[in-house]
Amino acid sequence: MNMLSRKAMDRLFTFFCIASTALAIIPLGSMLYTIFVKGFSVISIDFLTKLPTPAREAGGGFGNAIQGSFIVVGIASIIGIPLGIGAGMYLAEFPNSRLSRIVSFTADVLTGVPSIITGIFAYLLIVLRFGGFSALAGGVALATMMIPFIVRTTEEAMKLVPAELREASLALGAPRWKTSLAVVLSTARFGIITGVLLTIARIAGETAPLLFTAFNNRFWFDGVMNPVATLPVMIYTYAISPFEDWHAQAWGGALVLVAMILVLNIGIKLAAGRRW
Amino acid sequence: MKLRVPSFSILNGKNWKFTPDTLFQIFLGVLSIISVIVLAALLLRELIKGSWPALSTFGLEFLFSTAWNPVTGEFGALPFIYGTIVSSMLALLIGVPLSLGIAVYLTEIAPSRVRAILSPVVELLAAIPSVIIGLWGIFVLAPFVREHLAPPLMNYLGFLPLFKGPAYGYSVLTAGLVLAIMIIPIISSVSREAILAVPSLQKEGSLALGATRFETIISVVLPYAKGAIFGAVMLGLGRAIGETMAVTMVIGNNPQIFTSLLHPGYTMAAVIANEFTEATDDVYLAALIEIGLVLFAISMVVNIIARVITWKYLKLEEGLS
Amino acid sequence: MENKIEVLDLNAGFGSTHVLKNISINIPKNRVTAIIGPSGCGKSTFVRCLNRIHELVPSAWVNGRVLLDGKNIYDSDVDPVDIRRRVGMVFQKPNPFPAMSIYDNIAYGPKIHGMKAKLDEVVEDSLRKAALWDEVKHRLKDGPLSLSGGQQQRLCIARALAVEPEVILFDEPCSALDPVATAKIEDLILELKENYTIVIVTHNMQQAARIADFTAFFLMGELIEYGETAQIFENPRDKRTEDYITGRFG
Repeated sequence: MNMLSRKAMDRLFTFFCIASTALAIIPLGSMLYTIFVKGFSVISIDFLTKLPTPAREAGGGFGNAIQGSFIVVGIASIIGIPLGIGAGMYLAEFPNSRLSRIVSFTADVLTGVPSIITGIFAYLLIVLRFGGFSALAGGVALATMMIPFIVRTTEEAMKLVPAELREASLALGAPRWKTSLAVVLSTARFGIITGVLLTIARIAGETAPLLFTAFNNRFWFDGVMNPVATLPVMIYTYAISPFEDWHAQAWGGALVLVAMILVLNIGIKLAAGRRW
Repeated sequence: MKLRVPSFSILNGKNWKFTPDTLFQIFLGVLSIISVIVLAALLLRELIKGSWPALSTFGLEFLFSTAWNPVTGEFGALPFIYGTIVSSMLALLIGVPLSLGIAVYLTEIAPSRVRAILSPVVELLAAIPSVIIGLWGIFVLAPFVREHLAPPLMNYLGFLPLFKGPAYGYSVLTAGLVLAIMIIPIISSVSREAILAVPSLQKEGSLALGATRFETIISVVLPYAKGAIFGAVMLGLGRAIGETMAVTMVIGNNPQIFTSLLHPGYTMAAVIANEFTEATDDVYLAALIEIGLVLFAISMVVNIIARVITWKYLKLEEGLS
Repeated sequence: MENKIEVLDLNAGFGSTHVLKNISINIPKNRVTAIIGPSGCGKSTFVRCLNRIHELVPSAWVNGRVLLDGKNIYDSDVDPVDIRRRVGMVFQKPNPFPAMSIYDNIAYGPKIHGMKAKLDEVVEDSLRKAALWDEVKHRLKDGPLSLSGGQQQRLCIARALAVEPEVILFDEPCSALDPVATAKIEDLILELKENYTIVIVTHNMQQAARIADFTAFFLMGELIEYGETAQIFENPRDKRTEDYITGRFG
């Protein structure tokens, strides 16, 4: 191994590292480019507000899918946020109990559950029991995905609160529960909210849990116990269809979905940047 | 980070009363049990209960049978297990070296201004929903594979059964590529943290001996961080195994086992997504749920291994410093 | 007595911080030269300029000439990798590579530089020179973290010796060690100077007085005075040197 070949290896390695980064960015660039180019021409007020029309008929839109996404994510949040934050608080405030260790480990492991499994779960729990696809089932499936993440982020946010603050409150004679709520929770609230919003951004794009829970619907939202259209499911259905105008609409839907998620993510990062 | 929380649990010992504090602890404890433990238990119970008709009919043979015939009622999970394993392995094969290259580039090589721009960009990849990556896969990647990637592979490596033609755009190879793209963000970001955690004293020690940067990274930095990197790879593997939409949109959804990567395939997650709503009878549905159970078990095992290794590695780190 | 290293008008720093100001000094061959001075005076930066480790930090800059056997190590046709082999370094905190065995730690340098023949002999030879052979010869395959702090530091010295350097730089090598281990390393340095040129940075004046032939006193990035150790300690020419030696500051 003489000096020349060692130098050559060093340069080759540097080139490999740069190439890897480029190779990862190219697909991303291609995706964003295609979404914008193909999706932009489809976006219109009609697209955002109207119901879908049969294939090859113009004038249809994803209005109900956008509405449905908000509703299902909303249901999931109502279920998942209180449960997740509550468990996260428990883990942060009582970290030494045996229950804590079991919950912590289980939550960690649950974050790795494949999304389709949460769909099966909600199907068995809700759809079979109540005899049909429903927004509620979709919400339960998404909540099952949300909870482990919110538990973790809440726990971490609360653990960041310096022990001195907690001790100061206790030293003033405040009971445990008041310290926890008034001091720790409120100090950590920003981190907790960030965690919740990031989790919402994550599940808003999920399709698999909704395929056989919320299912799909060509009409507006019609009650929590009925199937409902959602943006990811619409995109999927239209993408694998044989109709070209539906393919175009799928790109439009993709643009809307990506835009919503990106805005949410960037908003969170900016807000977080300013606060810390 | 050590947490200095009063470590007494109010519920320890036998003398406790219903004070606001104990109620608080009980309330939160119950919430945790419901949200996590009950959830996990329910999940497991429903999966087992739902797959029971198939479990009892096919037994262990289910895992090794290649039959998939809803008409005659014969079901076997092997093609899907095979497809999941092959596509995930392919994803790791392509994704891990690239992720490490990116991690090294962003920590050791890139100037700070470039790093500040490129690292959020790589993270951006993680925020794109699976169905949209699948959409791109159908209309951009699959044609690319069919027209530009598969022909040279067939021509030069076609003697290997792995690359036998004819070439389809919707194939195991395309699925592997898509999965690789999806796991790169997580593997590279965890690896980056692992590399940043290597003390500069170690790097300087190697460079002071006259080693090149390449030699230092390969022989000193990466081995030092290998525990965390292995954990990162396991996390990526877990993700790849469970990925549904992007895979089902590009893999061709063919329940046959082909040796060629250029041919279509099927994964556990994909078959559930595709056929769940078509399952007309109880055994069919139960077979699909049983596949879900197998998928659940495999990804839980991978996840647990990842956490145990990372936990062990962190303990080692603490011991060193 | 010839000079192994001649430093001419060395200036160095990080970004807008000017750490070393116009340093000119000679390091005699096969002698121990100590660099003393209060914290922050630039001693560490100075030795790190001698083996071109200083420039690895992104904002670091260097001006001036450092002649090793008459050739400027900062010339454009000089490869820093080669300099670092010829000028070795032992750090303040022992830094053995934990992912390698004791044997592999020592063998790492020679392997990279293509000195692959007779690795076993090179390893044994280096460990003997570092006065560590007898303590580890039966456990060369063990990890280095099973050794004590003093042993780890001697391992790092053996590792530096294995690439056959001409100069060895010691950057406060004993500051993390107990007195017994410190004494062992000081004895080792006295043995090593027969075959190597030694530069040792130390904040411990007694150490300098014990083992150094020449001593240089740095203050706030400037070289105040240097000469034979006896002269520096008994008869300093500059008042600031005298103040430091007598403990009036630093």
